[in-house]
Parts: sequence; structure tokens; C-alpha cells
Amino acid sequence: MADGNVATGLSQDDDVLNEAAAWRADGTNVALATVVSTWGSSPRPVGSHLAVNENGKLVGSVSGGCIEGAVVAEAMEVMKNGKPKVLEYGVTNELAWEVGLACGGSIHVYVEKVE
Amino acid sequence: MKQETLKQLLEDQVAKKAVALATDIDSGEQTLIYRDAASGPDAEHGEILSITRQSILDDRNKVHDVGGRRIFIEVFNPPLRMLIVGAVHIAQPLSRMASVTGYDVTVIDPRASFATDERFPGISLNGEWPDDAMRELDPDRRTAVVTLTHDPKLDDPGLEVALKSDAFYIGSLGSRKTHAGRVERLSAAGFTETEIERIHAPVGLDIGSISPAEIAVSILAQITEVLHRKIEGRAAA
Repeated sequence: MADGNVATGLSQDDDVLNEAAAWRADGTNVALATVVSTWGSSPRPVGSHLAVNENGKLVGSVSGGCIEGAVVAEAMEVMKNGKPKVLEYGVTNELAWEVGLACGGSIHVYVEKVE
Repeated sequence: MKQETLKQLLEDQVAKKAVALATDIDSGEQTLIYRDAASGPDAEHGEILSITRQSILDDRNKVHDVGGRRIFIEVFNPPLRMLIVGAVHIAQPLSRMASVTGYDVTVIDPRASFATDERFPGISLNGEWPDDAMRELDPDRRTAVVTLTHDPKLDDPGLEVALKSDAFYIGSLGSRKTHAGRVERLSAAGFTETEIERIHAPVGLDIGSISPAEIAVSILAQITEVLHRKIEGRAAA
């Protein structure tokens, strides 16, 4: 997975997108986080989703737990200002250690608002 | 992401239509791309269209550098398929485990007393003769084929169609002796040694399975290995 290439094959994430769509249809603000690249040992493959709504409800995951808290905080921001953002967590990033990506990998997460 | 884009993606998944989303991760602009159509700001962008269509074929999500822009291509393919010939005992746990894993499973068996909804709740059943069923279901590179009947009258016609297809995995239940007979028959039918070597037989990884459910585990494990390691021909096992 050195170049972040991951065969998708079997999607497990349909329920995340369905939930995000349902929240949005109810008029709730929603942000969607997607793993867009990974290096080293990242627990979730490229294309994994985490959806967050304005009430702080979550569905899905982008890391198996280690960076979810930080991603949710960023997602709340993106929900407010509507500007998409690429987040980077990894061994070269001190913040990543603080938020606990101790699994030794590095990931990029794209966060966008569902308009 | 626009709400309409999300709705369209979900509708395409229900319709089992292959689609990919090309996202410019700096601007946030998104284009929906199909094999023969596209909509969005990059719908006329030749390079993005060709990279995306190749990604759909390869089932790969990746960020690509396109003229200095970072374009994330995310593929939403319909589920992988598993076609099982023989509504036999092993097919019951195998079809359930494969469904949980994400496969769209069809069990093929013309014997009406075997292929019943009671024995296979929630699984698609096809009661045609295996060669007709296999032609109709048309296995492609995202399909695994497993024959389980032990009966050449049923297994062989299914295998003959599968061997002419791009199925990423073909496996066939039976002892080494049973398989030797099968190889002879398929050779007589005109298949080459290389073609016949695509068949994983005895089927499944050698993990000492005894019960039907354990045999199903070994078969699904082997299919997973072939899928992700792209092993050519026979499995390492």
C-alpha cells in the first residue's frame, strides 16, 4: 500500500453514505470525511468514510479510532464555513502523535460539507 | 459534496451501476463519471475521464496529479459476485458467509428440492442448468465461481462456461482423484492445460476443515487471498 493504492472490491461503507443522506434530507448539517491516501500501516483503506452531523452524531470510521476525535472537530468547522479541507495525520506530524495515530502510518483525510 | 451528487451515488449503488466520483480536493468540485457518461465540471476533461474509467476497471481509489491539480478518484462499483453451482450442504454456510463479506451471491441448481428459499434465505437462486445459468449471469473479472455438486453432469457445464470467462476465481469441490477425472474430461472437451489450471482444486485453503461451515471458511479464505494478492492461476496453497 506504499503509494496509497487500495483495491476497493468490497465496500462496507454504503450505510455511512445512506445515513449521511438521511441526516441531510432531514435538514441537519452534515460533513463527510473520506480517507484519500494512506502510507504504512493504516487501519482503514482509501475510500473509508466517516459522516458527522451538527449534533455530533457519527457513523463510519476513518482510522479505527485513533484520529476520529480530531477529524470530528475539523468536520464541525467545515460544516460551519462550507470550505473543504485536506487533513494530514502521520508520523512526521507532531499533532498526529498528540491525537494518537500510534499505529505507525500516515493518512490524508478529505473533509467536505454535504451542501 | 452536493446533496444531489450523494443521492445519485446511492441510487446508482441500488441500481448496481458502476460509477466513480472525481473530486478536486483543493476546490471541492466533483464530477460523477460512468463508463459512457459524465456530469459535473470535469465531464469533458479527457485525462480525468480516462484515468477514472481505468480506476473503475481496476477497482482502485487514489489521488492523481492531473496538471498540478489533486484529483481523488473514488470508485463505487457494484458488489463482487459469487456464483455457486450446487445448492448442497456446503453452499448454505458459504452463501451466508460470502453475503456477509459483501458478495452478491447466486446459487445455481436445477434440482428444485435442493435450491429452496428455506435452505437459502435471502440468497438469489437460479434453477437453470448450470451452463445456461452461467451464460445468463455472465461472470466477469469481479466474479468468483465455485462448483460444489461433485456431479460432472452439473459441475462440468458450469465450469466450461466459467473457464471461457474472466472470472477472477474458479474453484471446484472434489478430491484429487475426482479432480483428475475432471481434468481428463475438460481436456477431451478441448481446454488447454493452462486454462484448466485456473481451477482451484481441491477447493479452498488447506486448513484442516471438516464440517461444511469450516470448508466454507477455507473456500472464502482462498477467494479472499486470490482477490487481494492477485495470484495468477493456482493459489499458493
